[in-house]
Amino acid sequence: MTPQTTKSTYWQGVRAGAPFILVLVPFALLFGVVATEAGFTVIETFAYSALVVAGAAQFTAVQLLSEHAPTLIIIATALAVNLRMAMYSASLTPHLGRAPLGKRALVAYLMVDQAYASAILEYERHPEWTVPQKLAFYFGAVTPLFPLWLTFTVVGAMVGNAIPPEFALDFAVPITFLAMIAPMLRTGAHVVAALVSITVSLALAFVPYSMGLLVAGAAGMIAGAQVELWMARRGAVT
Amino acid sequence: MRDVATLDIWIVLIGLGLGSFALRFVFLGIIGDRPMPPWVLRHLRYTAVAVLPGLVAPMVMWPPATGGTLDAPRLIAAAVTIIAGLVTRNVLAAILSGAAALYIMLYLLG
Repeated sequence: MTPQTTKSTYWQGVRAGAPFILVLVPFALLFGVVATEAGFTVIETFAYSALVVAGAAQFTAVQLLSEHAPTLIIIATALAVNLRMAMYSASLTPHLGRAPLGKRALVAYLMVDQAYASAILEYERHPEWTVPQKLAFYFGAVTPLFPLWLTFTVVGAMVGNAIPPEFALDFAVPITFLAMIAPMLRTGAHVVAALVSITVSLALAFVPYSMGLLVAGAAGMIAGAQVELWMARRGAVT
Repeated sequence: MRDVATLDIWIVLIGLGLGSFALRFVFLGIIGDRPMPPWVLRHLRYTAVAVLPGLVAPMVMWPPATGGTLDAPRLIAAAVTIIAGLVTRNVLAAILSGAAALYIMLYLLG
């Protein structure tokens, strides 16, 4: 294969990010609609999308605000939903840790599930990529996503509740995540990690403030790592 | 009179905005290029595949839109998305298959 330039990895990133437009646009619209229904102004709705940049946490915050929960509880709960970002940050560190500080800060600000998932998939496929090539791919992946995220939040806030529930926009989120998971199930260890995560998450669904998800994530990671070790040992013996 | 207090909206926004950035920056910013031990890397390989299924599973089993009751169209759409993703290994194809399944099932069963 011919060596790749940062320009070509940027465009590869754009192509990897582009499909998510189809799900991010309804998601952003939905957030705009939900937030304005809860009493947010258009500016407040926009500020959430621009500064928090995390749909699931934003939905959590709006939900709890309209239930008049204490602000500290709201912040802690929404951050718990976002804790996976710390795991993404750790997982990207071996790949992007040598980038300049400002660029790492920008990577952090723009970190969303879709960008992370696209990036980590390609970084594992292309261990030969340099740090600038990896950064270019990442920024490519968010290029079609972030501006549309902001734009369609505002559109959603302005059209308000004109979108009928028959469109079932609520299910855009799970479908996106499921579509991202399937190509990641490359080895038995990945499959076990996913199954453990699902089992623990469903078993702990009664635990408030999404804390069950944190346990499920940790359990899945440990299960994946243990299966990997077990498979390596078995491979070494036979 | 609106329902949610303006001050609360902005307090949560500032706390959540700063906290979210801190969560995303913590490892990238602080650890930087220091090497991480192999056992850490071994666990990190499974981050996405350990978190995302756990995040989605309750949404599929107990969708908020149906008041938390198991919903056949959504369950079938989820299954179609996973199967399409496993067969095609293509994210967009899986999303489109899942969305098509959802709308067809909602039309047939809704």
